[in-house]
Amino acid sequence: MELKRFFKANRTALIASIILGILVLSSVLAPFISLYDPLSIDLDRIKESPSMTHPFGTDNKGRDIMSRVIYGARVSLSVGLLAGAISMALGLFFGIVSGYFGGRIDRGITILTDLTLAFPSLILAIGITVVLPPGIYTVLIALATVGWAFFARLVRGVVLSVKEYPYIEAAKGIGCTKFRILMNHVLPQCIPVALVAIGLKLGGFILLESALSFLGLGAQPPTPTWGSMISLNRIYIHSAPWMVIFPGLAIALTTISFNILGDALRDYLDPKFMLK
Amino acid sequence: MISYLIRRLLLLIPTLIGITFITFLIVKSIPGDPVLGMVGERTDPETIERIKKELGTERSFVSQYAGYIGLIIKGEMGRSYYTNQKVSEAIIEKFPNTLKLALGAVIISSITGILLGIFTAVKRGTVLDRIGSFLAIGGISLPVFWIGLILMLIFGLYLKLLPPSGMGEGNLIYLVLPASTLAIPSGAYIARITRTMMLDVLSQPYIATAKAKGLKEFSIIFRHALRNALIPIVTIIGLDFGSYLNGAVLTETIFGWDGLGRYAMDGILKRDYPVIMGAVLVGTVVFVIINLIVDISYAYLDPRIRVKGKS
Repeated sequence: MELKRFFKANRTALIASIILGILVLSSVLAPFISLYDPLSIDLDRIKESPSMTHPFGTDNKGRDIMSRVIYGARVSLSVGLLAGAISMALGLFFGIVSGYFGGRIDRGITILTDLTLAFPSLILAIGITVVLPPGIYTVLIALATVGWAFFARLVRGVVLSVKEYPYIEAAKGIGCTKFRILMNHVLPQCIPVALVAIGLKLGGFILLESALSFLGLGAQPPTPTWGSMISLNRIYIHSAPWMVIFPGLAIALTTISFNILGDALRDYLDPKFMLK
Repeated sequence: MISYLIRRLLLLIPTLIGITFITFLIVKSIPGDPVLGMVGERTDPETIERIKKELGTERSFVSQYAGYIGLIIKGEMGRSYYTNQKVSEAIIEKFPNTLKLALGAVIISSITGILLGIFTAVKRGTVLDRIGSFLAIGGISLPVFWIGLILMLIFGLYLKLLPPSGMGEGNLIYLVLPASTLAIPSGAYIARITRTMMLDVLSQPYIATAKAKGLKEFSIIFRHALRNALIPIVTIIGLDFGSYLNGAVLTETIFGWDGLGRYAMDGILKRDYPVIMGAVLVGTVVFVIINLIVDISYAYLDPRIRVKGKS
């Protein structure tokens, strides 16, 4: 019901979520819907412009770009969503612990949060990915390391006000354990903030993943990713621009959809909160 | 004001310690010999011996960290594995180019961002507002490295209006494409903030008074409304500087701009660790210092902040 009202008020958000739904579905069903094997090389058909047989054209090794874009969605979407989920979980944990217990724990976590936010995100992510063995897991670790602090700071703010509420006092009074208070009474209050935050940040995670891939620090070849396709194909931009245009459009479509949805979610849940 | 200034400068110290500590942890996890990882294999044996002594892998963790700090303070960030050039020298050499690019981008993004923000706020609820807001959301969503390539393709290769890449011995026309690319995400961000701020200010009673007095719309918007909306916007422009540093790595690579970002990218491609860590460290410290300057100037403009910070 709630969902229906939300989408009725935000038609652009509805379009964005339909696009995202299609993207997720096509990446899950990639083996069934892509016309070609994304890795199969066909040297008779290199750098072909978009046509009926190859809707996005082919690359310098004759691989079908549309299939590679569809398979690339698997990496970008799964890494983006997972990194978002991990960051949110870490942010909830540290934010709640820091806000609720206060004192030295709070100071320690706050310092760590401020420090993480003191780094420009891509630069910190580069620092982490260059020393770990390259691959998807490394990208996940880097994105979560960069991303958790934003969530932790917001959640801590919520917890600081929630813990003064009388019902928390009451829960303490009837002898609830700390664990129970945190899980049943504090955590649910933080969920809306965390959801809004993840809505605002998912696009950013996907952009960061594509930037790392572009720099050669993401999933390694032959796995196709949007970022690495742009990076490896950019020397052909003059003779075969479709090799660069389509993977970029895929990134753009995904991040724009996530950002529109995130904005709508924020306005819907609480317009005042989190201007920045 | 002076006590605020001193307090902020003192707060810088723990931040810098924290940053160097994190980069130290990263340096320590570089595969292979950490000293070689720091200074490069081609450094002369005496230096390696000296740094080994100063960092001393056999010594305790804390004294190793102290040794690392000592090296950084002396500006000793090692030499590139490949060119054997001192990292500190290369950074000093390339920094002005990045600064030039960033300044160009700040100018472009502030002007276009503020104008687009005002425009969408004034035309609130119309089709033009929707188009403008969509442009702004597109700007923050598109990958910089891709926009750069597309702009290069359109203006450099098809229309041949602008040089597609390179630095052209300081000719400003070479700055246009990379600076515009770098300006797009932050310009879009500024547009969004400006729109919100302007909507807030435009709904205030003194604007209604100005309208009732019969002032021209132009003068209401630019002389009465924009002035009050500007302080938070200027702060955002400064605080968003991190996105220029992030973007510089990607933009400079695409346009062959010989700055810090491309230097870092070259280092990444060759796994040239001293170069990468030097760029990470310098980039972050510059970011922190710029944030500090923005904070201080904001406090200078708005006395409430100084007072609030004290309590």
